[in-house]
Formats: sequence, C-alpha cells, structure tokens
Amino acid sequence: MTTNDSKLTKKDFTSDREVRWCPGCGDYAILATVQTLLPELGARPESTAFISGIGCSSRFPYYMDTYGFHTIHGRAPAVATGLAITRPDLDVWVVTGDGDGLSIGGNHLIHALRRNVNLKILLFNNEIYGLTKGQYSPTSPLGSVKKSTPMGSIDRPMNPVSLALGAEATFVARSIDTDRKHLSSVLEAAYNHRGAAFVEIYQNCNVFNDGAFMAIKDKDQKDHNQIRLTAGEPITFGPDGENAVVARGDGSMKIVPTEEAGDRVVIHDPNKPEPTTAFALARLSHNPTGPTPIGIFRDVDRAAYDEVSRDQVEQARVDQGEGSLEQLLGSGNVWDVVS
Amino acid sequence: MASDVGTDVAERTHVQLSNAVVRFAGDSGDGMQLAGDQFTNQTAIAGNDLATLPDFPAEIRAPAGTLAGVSSFQLHFSDQDIHTPGDAPDVLVAMNPAALQKHLGALKSGGTLIINTDAFSGRNLTKAGYDEDPREDGSLTDYQLHEVDLTTLTLRALEGHIERGELNKKEAERCKNMLALGLVSWMFSRPIEETESWLESKFAKKPEVADANVAALRAGWNFGETTEAFVFTYEVKAAKLPPGRYRNITGNQALSYGLVAASVRSKLPLFCGSYPITPASDILHELAQLKRFNVNTFQAEDEIAAIGSVIGAAFGGSLAVTASSGPGIALKAEAMGLAMITELPCLIVNVQRGGPSTGLPTKTEQSDLFQVMFGRNGEAPIPIVAASSPADCFHAAIEAARIALTYRTPVVLLSDGYLANSAEPWRLPEVDDLPDLSADFGFTTEPNTPDGDFLPYLRDPETLARPWALPGTAGLEHRIGGIEKEDGSGHISYDPANHHRMAELRYERMDKIAAGLPPLEVDDPSGEADVLVVGWGSTEGPIRAACHDLRARGRNVARVHVRHLMPLPQDLPDLLRSYETVILPENNMGQLVTLLRSATLVDIKPYNRVTGQPFSATELIDVIETLGWGESA
Repeated sequence: MTTNDSKLTKKDFTSDREVRWCPGCGDYAILATVQTLLPELGARPESTAFISGIGCSSRFPYYMDTYGFHTIHGRAPAVATGLAITRPDLDVWVVTGDGDGLSIGGNHLIHALRRNVNLKILLFNNEIYGLTKGQYSPTSPLGSVKKSTPMGSIDRPMNPVSLALGAEATFVARSIDTDRKHLSSVLEAAYNHRGAAFVEIYQNCNVFNDGAFMAIKDKDQKDHNQIRLTAGEPITFGPDGENAVVARGDGSMKIVPTEEAGDRVVIHDPNKPEPTTAFALARLSHNPTGPTPIGIFRDVDRAAYDEVSRDQVEQARVDQGEGSLEQLLGSGNVWDVVS
Repeated sequence: MASDVGTDVAERTHVQLSNAVVRFAGDSGDGMQLAGDQFTNQTAIAGNDLATLPDFPAEIRAPAGTLAGVSSFQLHFSDQDIHTPGDAPDVLVAMNPAALQKHLGALKSGGTLIINTDAFSGRNLTKAGYDEDPREDGSLTDYQLHEVDLTTLTLRALEGHIERGELNKKEAERCKNMLALGLVSWMFSRPIEETESWLESKFAKKPEVADANVAALRAGWNFGETTEAFVFTYEVKAAKLPPGRYRNITGNQALSYGLVAASVRSKLPLFCGSYPITPASDILHELAQLKRFNVNTFQAEDEIAAIGSVIGAAFGGSLAVTASSGPGIALKAEAMGLAMITELPCLIVNVQRGGPSTGLPTKTEQSDLFQVMFGRNGEAPIPIVAASSPADCFHAAIEAARIALTYRTPVVLLSDGYLANSAEPWRLPEVDDLPDLSADFGFTTEPNTPDGDFLPYLRDPETLARPWALPGTAGLEHRIGGIEKEDGSGHISYDPANHHRMAELRYERMDKIAAGLPPLEVDDPSGEADVLVVGWGSTEGPIRAACHDLRARGRNVARVHVRHLMPLPQDLPDLLRSYETVILPENNMGQLVTLLRSATLVDIKPYNRVTGQPFSATELIDVIETLGWGESA
C-alpha cells in the first residue's frame, strides 16, 4: 500500500508474483525498465492500469503491483478503450505482442490509434509466436522456416511502425528491450503524450527466435545499424556518423555516405503534422537486418478521443441540463386515464 | 370489425366497433412506416389500447414495385385491453400491386380494401406477379373495394405548391402516404391536428415540405368526407385502462429508457459500447441522445470491441451495456466468457432476429436462447432475463441490471425484432417506485482480510458476489483475467480441485440468484385448469390473448410466463408437474421446451414456428385446443 507523501520506488510497482517467462527472455528487461521508470515519472500504482491480451508479453500485468487486466486474445485495446473513456484519472497501458496486436487484434489496434484514445500501447515484437511454441508471426521475415512453415513462410511481414503511422497515430516510436536508457527515454515521452502512444519494442525470444535483432543489438553490429532518431538533429549514423539519410525525389529515403549528403541530410522532426516523412523513415528497414531507425518517429498533438467523448457528455448536460427521469419517461405524446 | 349495418348510399352510417385492425402496405419508399406511426399516435390519443406490428424488408430500398420491396405496418386498436397486433386486418391500404399481392391473403373476407389505382400500371402488375389486373379478374369481389387514385389526388391537392416551385412533381407524389393516412383517419373519426403539428415540427426547417404534407393529409380527410364511395365511418371508443399517465413506446425505446433508469437508480454512469446491427441499433441511437443523463456511447469498430469496451468500463465502475443481435452475440461469445470469469457486472442485450447466420435481419424470432445459454467455451453460466412486451423491455432492463450489480455478473437481456419495433401504450411508472439499485451493491474501498490484504475473489456469503474494487483505490491494486483463478486470492491457479470448486461456485451463484426471485405468478382465473401454457419473451401477448378467448369459450386454461431463463425460477418444476398437460409455444424449433423437459422431466408439448412473424392469437387458440384437449371447440 502506498501513500501520497512517500517517495515511490520500483518495489512499489513490483507484485509478489513469481515472474515466469523463460530464463533469458527479453521481457524481463522491459519489465524492470517499466517498474523502475514509473515511480521516477511520478506515476501512482493505484492510478495505473495495465491491460493485456494473450501471449507471453501479455503476462506482464501480473508482475506489476498496479491494477491489471489480462484479457483475451487481441482485445486489450478494446477493453482499455472502455476504461480510458470512463476513467480519465487513470494511466492506462496496453501490453501486446506481434501476434496479439497485429494478427488477431489488428483491427482494435488500428482503431485505437486512429481514434487517438489516451492509451500507452507497448507492442513487444519478437517476430514469433512464443506461447504456442514457435509458429511464424505477422512480423516474421519472408521465408521463415518455423513449425507451421517447413518450406518457409510466404506472406510478407508487417512493419508495425508503418502500420501505426498509416493509422495516423499521434505518437509512434521504436526501441529495444535491453537498451534501458533508450527504452526509458522513449517510454517517458510516451507517458507524457496525451492520446494514443504506440511503442514497438524489439524483444528477443531466446527460445524460439534467438538473435532476431542481432543486427541492431550485437555489439559489433549495432553501431553500424542503429539509426537513432533525435528531434532537431540530422539523421546520421555509424561509428563515426559516416552514413546519412537523405530523401529521394519521390519522398522515399535512402542511405548515402555523409560526406556525399551535404545539406541534403534529413533533419528529424517528429512534430510534422503529416506522417509522410516518418513513414518514409519507417520503410528504411524491413525486419532489422540492416540499418534501422529507433526512437520517436512521430509525436503530434491531436484531441484525444476519450476526452472529446467526455466533453460531449458535459456539453449535453450544460446545454440540456442534467437529465430528469420523470421528464424522459413522460416525453412525447402522453395522455391521462382517469378512473 | 363488425359492419352488419344496412347501407344507404345517400346517407353515411356511423358504426361503433369494439376493435379494429388496419394494415398499411406499400413500397418501401412509400412512407408506410411513417403513416402507421402517425395513425398509432392518433389512436393513442383517442385512448384506445393498441399494439403495432411494423414489417419491412432488410434492403433499404429494394427495387420499386417488387414483392421484395413491400413494407407494411399493422395496428390493432380496441376499447378493451389487448395483447397482440391483431390477426387478419379489417382494413388494408395497398399502395401498389405488389403490396396487394403480398397482403390480400391476410385481409378478412368482406374487409375494406383501399388500393391506389394510379399504381396499377401494366409494368407494376408484372413486377408484382400478376398476369391479369386483379381489379378486373374478379379476385377482389369478396372485399369492400375502394379504388382511389391516391397519386392523382395528391398531385391535385399540391398543384399550387408545384406551381409556386416549392416542390417538384416527384416530391409532391411522395406525400401520398399522408393522403392515405388522412383518408383512413377520416374513416375512423380521428382528428388529424396532432399529425399536423407533428409534421410541422418534423419539417420545421423545410416549411414548404411540412405545408405540402399537411395539405395532402387534409385532402385525404376531405376526400373521405365528400366522396360518396365510403358509406361507413367507424369509431372505437377509448379503452378502460387503469388510471394513470400513458404514452406509446416501442421495445427498443423502452429498453433504452430502462437502461437509463437503471443508471439513475444505481447512481452509476451508463456506458454503452455497441456496433450497428438490425434490429438493435436503435438502442445505441436512443442512448446517444441521452448524454445529459451521464451516458457515454461508443460506436466500436466491431462487435468484439463493443463488448471489450463494456468490460473495460465495468472494470472502471460504470454500468456498462452492449446491444446487439444474434450474429453480433456470436462474435462476443469469448468476451462474454471473460466477463463471466472476471465477474464484472455488465449487460449484453440480444434483440433476436431470424437466424441462422445473417438470417432474416428485420424479422423476429426467439432462436438465440441456446446461443446465449450455451454459446461459450467451458462452464460459463450467465443469467438471462427475457422481456415480454414492448413496455416490459423497460422493467426487464432494470431487472437485468439488478442481477448484474447484486451478483457481479454479466447478464443477457433478451428482446426480439417484434418487441423492438412494436409499440403499445405504457402506463408511466413513478420514478420513486422503481427499484433502488444503489442499495444492491457497493464499491470495495478497504482490504477485506484481517491481515490487511485484499483478496479480489473473496465472496460475499449471501450473494457469492466478489468485491468490486475500482482502479484508483489505493491499497486494493489487483490483477484479474481470463485464466482460472484461485478461490479467494484470484491468483492464477491450475490446481485441479480448485478448478472444480470454481466451476461449482459459478453455478452456486446462479442458485443464489434463483433464490432471490419472486414466486411465479400463474394466470388461472378458474383455479381449476388442467392445462398450463408456458411462455417466454414476446409470446406473452398472443398467449394471453389466446387464453382469454379460450376461457370465454369455457376452456379452463392456465398460463405462466417465464422471465428468468437462467437461472430458472425454483418453483417452476413443481408448477409444471402439477398440471395434466403443459404446452409451450415458442418462435424457434423447440429450445426452452428442451431445457424445461430436462430440468423437470415433464413431457411438455411444444409448438414451434419460425416464419419471421410473431404468433397470432387465432393460431394459438387452435394449437392450445388441439394439444390441450385433442379437439377444437
């Protein structure tokens, strides 16, 4: 139990349940980051709700000493929407995965994003179905040889950041499970964003899909492949900043040596009203096999659905007065029968 | 309708009737529902008891002039207490050949038939499937036929409007439903002022349209008054209804008002998450108009999101409801299981329509009882309450909310297409007499164990309800979900004995609900009946009317109506066992009868029909006599 005057710590956000992800799972790192970050941000356990669907990532709420709801497959954004509309006093987080959020629950995800419901949506992307033991997922690379695809998967993977931008989400970011500093900074920005905040987190499944993100996590490769997006900064990367992102004539992005780029290097601006440039950046990588942008792609202000929805209720009460049940029942044509 | 009074062409005869059935039929663009609604309002103001039956195609505008495009509205009104929209109409207004083709068979022999002759062109006749013009082949000789050129009369009445350019010919033609209404209003001695003021307010922003409709309405009335073709006018005196203030109400409207009343009486904000579906959408529309009652409506992206949002709102402490119909309920099944296992109070309204699959969207049926009772994985009992009349939808909604809040459970509220769209006079209840639902529950704000812990599944021994502790309450942070949980603590548990115990508890909670129900009311004025008719849902009206008629013919027949289908009332088995013959008519292929045979081992005799139409009283009289006594009186 917490009180308002005590300084909260990670312990206040940690439940007494034994964490049961596989040893070495990337989820542990994300959990620790969130448990550490929330007290630093001034969040309160009683005012925080974690809503999840089904999958390994969706066990997350059990380990948070906050309010939590482990719902059904794919439906967490819908449940969270009902809670967010009716309870403006709460911080509502959604924890989902690439199967839960993009496959069975894809519809709810895009609608929560386009409506801009005040939710913080964390999509743990491990490019695999872990809980059902190793089938390919909507983000698995083309040709993935998995239990259900012995001859290789034949459907093109989805790019979660592209999808979120396509739904015109107002906050779209990507980070990495084990990069605590980067993940914390992205989550802090998401927390402070009013509206739907979508964060894709590359998360390693060491049992069924180990090393999927080596290109940007391995210490020998990451400096070459991480394109760190920083607002107001030119987008360059590489150990010595030797690579730069420039725009082609059609608006798409390409990577060129920095020395050739000159003043054509794209200056990152996540606040652009149009998602076009952010979308072009998202298309730079398909599954992280090479240079891949991480950070905040888009962060714009737009009225949050839940807020406007509550405003309409208030407006109706101001315009029409508080409802009277007697008046409602007796509205329309009435007549009296006397004995 | 009796009309055994002698005729005198020069003089008009005024006939007193006890009751009458009028049916308007036309193309779905002809405005029949609107004419019917307005005739209903006039009838209500005249103080008659009434019941209506709108019947329209699923297509918004099926090809004009075809049988598929015919829309109709039937009204039964009386100086007595009535319970059904009537069987065979006394008066049929047919706006085109297709309407005549489709509805003539229902008209009483000798009944009054008004047809719009302007629409009886060769092409319209062909589209309606007539090889010969029915006006000329003798097929209408059994009726009092009035061939009226309704379209021509309408255009003539609106000549000035057209000349002044206020509306074009096509728009003017559209007013012919008002001309027909004016004529029928005259026939039944109905003042039309209320309809006039309704038109003026409906078209307040288009005064020229209001004016044209009023002109057509008056022209229809005047046509009746001046032409010598109509020798009878009729009057149905006001019914002797119990004293009080009345209004007309449809089932969907009453259900929406019931939800608002439950919200007011429980002091909880109302949240409605729904996805549009016929015939339930009106509930979402109605509630969206009532935001001033602290009602928040959410049109979700699909049926699953709709119930998902409802579960979220219930978790947050709202009185939450989703309204749908069979196909939508099918999609909600998994989430209903989640609401059940997390024991969150919420309402799932199923306005049943013809099934299976897309079925008959605009027609009525009672075939989703098995669906809401069993349509989930695992042992997942959910209480079911069924409304029995349009006005009863109000009280049934409050009852469903009472069970949900008291026992912390989702509750299914069953209505159907017939109740949803039909209207009847409703004696307004006193708000203070409505149940005080706020007394039935409370939010948990303190730990519930001596050592200061909070156990989210520690139950109230009286109701077996678990605590409702809302997010935002410090110290009661807890996690719930769809995985089996440990009794008391609510922690995930795969323990075999615990799982069995939890399944038992979920059924024991149903027993607690049953124990809290009032005794069944048996309708048996003689007290000597050996035959019992059991009904549920919208069959109450026709069953009541049939029993009333049978008693008048000397048959002792008893009647009981089952409002709670899950759990069943505890006194139902003994009641059924105490009769020699038990008959159960329902608009499905035998669902409640299967459940009751299993629950009581009584050899109940079923009567089943699924034609998309409610039972008629005449039909049930025959059924009850045959099944009850093996003969007709």
